Amino acid sequence: MKLFAIILTAILTQNFILSKFLGICPFLGVSKKTDTAVGMSAAVIFVMVLATVATYPINSFLVSQGLGYLQTIVFILVIAALVQFVEIVLKKYMPPLYESLGIFLPLITTNCAVLGVVTLNIQESYNFIESIANSLGAGLGFMLAMVMFSGVRERLEGNDFPKMWNGLPITLVAAAIVACSFLGFTGVVENIFGV
Amino acid sequence: MAEKKTLGQEFTKGLVKENPVLRLVLGTCPTLAVTTSVENAIGMGIAATIVLICSNVVISALRKVIPSKVRIPCFIVIIAAFVTMVQLFVKAFAPALDASLGIFLPLIVVNCIILGRAEAFASKNAVVASAVDGVGMGIGFTIALVLMAAIREFFGSFNLTLKVLGFGTQVSLADPLASIGIEPILIFILAPGGFFVFGLLIALANKIAEDKGLARAELKSCAECPMAASCAVKAAGEECAE
Repeated sequence: MKLFAIILTAILTQNFILSKFLGICPFLGVSKKTDTAVGMSAAVIFVMVLATVATYPINSFLVSQGLGYLQTIVFILVIAALVQFVEIVLKKYMPPLYESLGIFLPLITTNCAVLGVVTLNIQESYNFIESIANSLGAGLGFMLAMVMFSGVRERLEGNDFPKMWNGLPITLVAAAIVACSFLGFTGVVENIFGV
Repeated sequence: MAEKKTLGQEFTKGLVKENPVLRLVLGTCPTLAVTTSVENAIGMGIAATIVLICSNVVISALRKVIPSKVRIPCFIVIIAAFVTMVQLFVKAFAPALDASLGIFLPLIVVNCIILGRAEAFASKNAVVASAVDGVGMGIGFTIALVLMAAIREFFGSFNLTLKVLGFGTQVSLADPLASIGIEPILIFILAPGGFFVFGLLIALANKIAEDKGLARAELKSCAECPMAASCAVKAAGEECAE
């Protein structure tokens, strides 16, 4: 039950993009078309879960050796190496998957959402299973926001705005309105699960 | 760098003309996340500026040693080392700031301003110029953060927390305004307000830039993105930005 609450919180009330502001670059940059948004988010979910699986034992080891302060450096290196490794493996053994996800992988290395989720798992002192649940929820929330927003962006296309608002500013205002809709979820998960 | 700039120009370009947040649209995540109060914005700005100056100096000093094929991982390790130092410092001397910045302090590692300046400037220029570039860009980042935080905090709570590392005062108009029945607009502090104020500031920056005949602020096109060398989105014929 607690796992379910963690996943729902990460998707709805604490949405990574719309309430935590992690992963704004891909949110604004790659959300122009729905299929690109889906591909990018699928890659993010994949890397988030994998990075959590890899960094959790490494962090336990670092802490046991009294090297907890190396966390940030080690995590970013592990994520970078992992992304490279996944890319090579996918390219060699699963070309169809590589075609759809592979192109987004290098973008994810320096994406704050991935480093954010692994750091957050440690800060919230989740255990291994809870960490994976949180990463999965964060990734799904990322996908939900990306896909919703790409729909909004397609509608914005070709509209006639005042000149100074064209492009990025109007996209941000649209994002503000999408974020408003997520404010409506405040407290929902806490009330359902009583956590 | 097509033309040679003086050190003064390297410094001032980051403040307004090439402001990293409002003109280059870099570092959007911390910009949106920490601007709920002026105090947080100043703290984040100072932390990022220190990391930016240190990493610019070291990367510039090592620019002839680092092989270009593995330069991005090298840059990230150097940046991560400085971020860890700053993080430990803040934890020790300003625990309140550490608590309010939360995970955005370690996330300075993946702040595109720092990696972007390393790739676009420090890896091609001499040490002194890179240090000056770091100072200018860092102050430009801080100015943009403080501007945005001031708008959000004022309208969201009618307060302005003019504090640096715990020293300073808080200016509050909440009580006098409440007595004549004006309540703060809470949504400015919440997430949607962040997007909205950021959009507003970019729109204003675009307006001023257009009046002066400069290019509009847009998300970086693929060619100028710090990740362009290793990114395959472009190769696959997709647009990564507008």
